[in-house]
Amino acid sequence: MSPAESPGSEVVKEIRRLEQAVAVDISGDVDLHRSPALRETLAKLIDENPGRLILNLTDVGYMDSSGVATLVEALQRIQRKEGRLQMHSLKPRVRSIFEIARLESIFEIYSSEEEALRA
Amino acid sequence: MGRCENLTILSDPANLAKVRVAVETGGKQVGFDQKECAAMALATDEALTNVIRHAYGGVLGKEIKIVIEQLNEADDRQGLSICIRDFGKAVDPSKIKGRELSEIRPGGLGVHIMREVMDEVVFEHQPEGGTLLRMTKYHHRPRKDCSN
Repeated sequence: MSPAESPGSEVVKEIRRLEQAVAVDISGDVDLHRSPALRETLAKLIDENPGRLILNLTDVGYMDSSGVATLVEALQRIQRKEGRLQMHSLKPRVRSIFEIARLESIFEIYSSEEEALRA
Repeated sequence: MGRCENLTILSDPANLAKVRVAVETGGKQVGFDQKECAAMALATDEALTNVIRHAYGGVLGKEIKIVIEQLNEADDRQGLSICIRDFGKAVDPSKIKGRELSEIRPGGLGVHIMREVMDEVVFEHQPEGGTLLRMTKYHHRPRKDCSN
């Protein structure tokens, strides 16, 4: 895949190959309707051994438990390959589901891509 | 009895967003703040997801009826009640429980979220088949004086 590409799925706006990581720009609602497409894209990316996957949630306005389940699965998948999954720029509404599910502590959550890259 | 909104949707994940909007609108009208409205929309989404996945086994096009009722002074307490009626496979309420939060795995979060967000979550089997889910959230702060 090229350094910046669109996999044709609405939920994944762009995949950017950075020097130290692969960054995924996610967009719109991540619910039961759209999380299967995200799950598929993340699984494919992790199978390529990206080392570090950084998810940009700037444009995600809503996420439900199917979205959280997708991210938990991606986290476990990348950890098995000794990689890291990082997220940044969560809107309060999206962050709140991680709080309700008490899953904040298992994810690496940052305020920006720069901060994630520095970590 | 307060204002009611009746919605009928078909079991399809593409229909979840419009129900979320209706719940948030009802919540705002009855005085909940933005965070509370968003949480109630999430709880409703989780309930509908369970209906689509479990009661209807992922089959699209099955009927789901939703009633969003604004509770006011006449109902003793202010709040929002959301009833979801499906006509699918009845789910045993004793088996409806979320996963342990200490167990990190995908899935099993929906019921936990519903119970965390709402004050009352009651599943009732219907004699003619299917399930009626009643979820209610009450105001926990002093009532606003809406008379002005």
